Amino acid sequence: MEEFLRILTQSMGELLAPTTAAYAMAAIGLNLHFGYTGLLNMGQAGFMLLGAYGFGITLTTGGSFWLALLVAIAAGVLFALILGMPTLQLRGDYLAIVTISAAEIVRWFGRSTLWQEWTGGASGLQGRYYKEPFQELSFLPEGRFALGPLEYINTGSDSWWTRIVAWGLVALVLVFVWLITRSPWGRVLKGIREDEDAVRALGKNVYSYKLQALVIGGAIGALGGVIFALPAAIVPDSMGRTMTFFVWTILLLGGAATVFGPVLGSMIFFAAYMFMRTGMRALAENTGVGDVITTTNVEQIGGMLVGVTLMLLVIFRPQGILGNKKELAFNVR
Amino acid sequence: MTADRPTTTSRWSRLLAAIALVLLPAMLVAPPATASTDEPPCEPDNETACIAVLVLNADNDRISDVAITVAGAGFTADLTTNADGPATVAAPEVGQYTVTIDPATLPDDQQLPEGAETEVTVTAQSGGTARAAFRVGPGAEAPATPSGEASDGAPADSTTTDDGDGVAAAPEGDASERALTFAQVWQQIGSGLRFGLLLALASIGLNLVFGTTGLSNFAHGEQFALGAAVGFITINQMGMSIWVGGLLTLAVCALTGLAQDSAIWRPLRKRNVPVMQLMIVSIGLSITLQYVIQLMIGGGSERILSRNPQPLTIAGITLSTASWLSMVVALVCVLGIAWFLTRTRIGRATRAVSDNPALASATGIDPDRIIRIVWIMATGFAALAGLMWGVSFGSFNWQLGVQLLLLMFAAVTLGGLGTALGAFVGSLLIGQVVELSNLFIPSDLRYASALVILILVLLFRPQGILGRRERIG
Repeated sequence: MEEFLRILTQSMGELLAPTTAAYAMAAIGLNLHFGYTGLLNMGQAGFMLLGAYGFGITLTTGGSFWLALLVAIAAGVLFALILGMPTLQLRGDYLAIVTISAAEIVRWFGRSTLWQEWTGGASGLQGRYYKEPFQELSFLPEGRFALGPLEYINTGSDSWWTRIVAWGLVALVLVFVWLITRSPWGRVLKGIREDEDAVRALGKNVYSYKLQALVIGGAIGALGGVIFALPAAIVPDSMGRTMTFFVWTILLLGGAATVFGPVLGSMIFFAAYMFMRTGMRALAENTGVGDVITTTNVEQIGGMLVGVTLMLLVIFRPQGILGNKKELAFNVR
Repeated sequence: MTADRPTTTSRWSRLLAAIALVLLPAMLVAPPATASTDEPPCEPDNETACIAVLVLNADNDRISDVAITVAGAGFTADLTTNADGPATVAAPEVGQYTVTIDPATLPDDQQLPEGAETEVTVTAQSGGTARAAFRVGPGAEAPATPSGEASDGAPADSTTTDDGDGVAAAPEGDASERALTFAQVWQQIGSGLRFGLLLALASIGLNLVFGTTGLSNFAHGEQFALGAAVGFITINQMGMSIWVGGLLTLAVCALTGLAQDSAIWRPLRKRNVPVMQLMIVSIGLSITLQYVIQLMIGGGSERILSRNPQPLTIAGITLSTASWLSMVVALVCVLGIAWFLTRTRIGRATRAVSDNPALASATGIDPDRIIRIVWIMATGFAALAGLMWGVSFGSFNWQLGVQLLLLMFAAVTLGGLGTALGAFVGSLLIGQVVELSNLFIPSDLRYASALVILILVLLFRPQGILGRRERIG
């Protein structure tokens, strides 16, 4: 029973974890791409990695926190422009292939020895190089704070300060996305998703709108990368394809083209993922299940279940928890 | 979320990644780093496997007089590093060795970073030098992460050894260290041909599936890796002969194609699910299969053939005999597929479905039957290519599929999506690009070069070399 409570607490902790916020943020960006505009961006992890690098490298070389944040956003914007300008005129699956390739190229360059002095190569940038300026901004008092069973230090890596900043950013961006998607601009995006040619016939420059959506969503993705890096290190190999696919699963779970879908999806995804893994591990350690499933297998089975979840979601409930089936971008060519 | 992290494995992988442990391929006769030492350094040849140990500080300077122990397979050797070159020892047998550093013998100002491992496991192969490197001193990256950090969200990427390991078993050192001679360029062209032919065999299936169903199948890479994984289990672990094991592997993998089509793709086609949705289903399938493969073979690098590859020189190009054989098989298969598509009834029907399914079914062709055959062919040939890849490139890991998937996409896009011959031409070109770019850019970027080409092609000629314009939509 005590064991069960521990697992439950740990899963609950995931609801507020900075990683959850980071994925939620990335999914909000992807939502703008896919949910509202119908762009198949399969390289969201590339935006995140670039954002994290922009943030980490600026702080490592002595820039201020706010400058680092701006550089991160600029990195996302630039990447979106470079990607979008040549490919947005192509069919959807081409964009998917290009974005996933571009994200991989970013990762390959990040882990390469070529710019090792900046990026730290395959071992990445350690958090201690950039965390200090961020933690100095904290106005929280020293010590620890407990909210129910969840207890963390006030300021530090895995701290309340990180959580406050992470979720604060998510809330800000959420309001921003809510405002822009209900504006005339947002309605044009939805129009593009439903019928590109009709929007074109109304005299709108579809290409330009798509590019704007890609840029804004990419900048949000870069911010997600910053949040991801805040409590951790910037390791290129942990921000690869798997991350993109997880973001997609989160978006489709919560519901594409909804404001709160990405956040809800991220919370449920990570809580369930943690519950499943810790639960299986506890079973493997304490019961006869351990003879069949070893603790290393738990990670693999967890990953398999994520894949199966994604498949089942897309097949049986593509609109996710909050979404509306009519608002799905899959029907677009 | 601190408690349940696979700390040791991720530390381990990060250590490996950090020191860029390079497993040298047996088939490339590489010029070993020659250094003047008291004992003659170990020279890898067909019978000898070498283990080299480096202890480096943050500035990449070698630290001398550090005691190292190499142990494994009933063999132990004590080495001392020197400042001129790596400390080497000849391994008595091919296999895994544990290299242990004695931290007490490190200079006081050059200690191991906190949390760094004192052991590295290397795999010695005949004709190659397995390197183990330790980073010491202030400023060296501690491979371990402070608690509560890193990569929890994406466990897949953190539970393995060096990412490039599975497929990057080719080049020795970086381009900058090698002089460019014609012989080397020629050798790289040969390697590129091997790469290209195997890639062609793998990507034709991807292209056929795209042509007949319009699906960009992201799980195709895993089908490729599945061939290598099942081959590893049948041939290496169950000890079957390569022919029996290979045929069994092909049968099993082709069955996965049949099963997939009847369980997933056919019902979805019946429901008229849009292609984009199918693509995301295939991504889900790809994630699932990735972890299934990991469950089958584990997170490390594996070898299908445990015996040493025999080098064979033809026209000045030295590759292993298995590689030459694989190239011939791949070429025969590709020509066979071309003959099948152009000369047989089913092949012609395939092309008809690919062109216009509605019209094809109006002429009495059953598209479902054709698509079933296409799935079986696609998965079967992908598995064959994966198996031969594993055999001719030495080692592979579970990430083989995802990495090659993007190269396959690059190949088919370059050649023209949906055209069977295009995949072949594109693959040969991508093979050359990957292997030749080795000569000019750091080898850890060679896959990036192929992806850059993919993007350039989409920029300037999105229909590919042989594609038709209307396909880009």
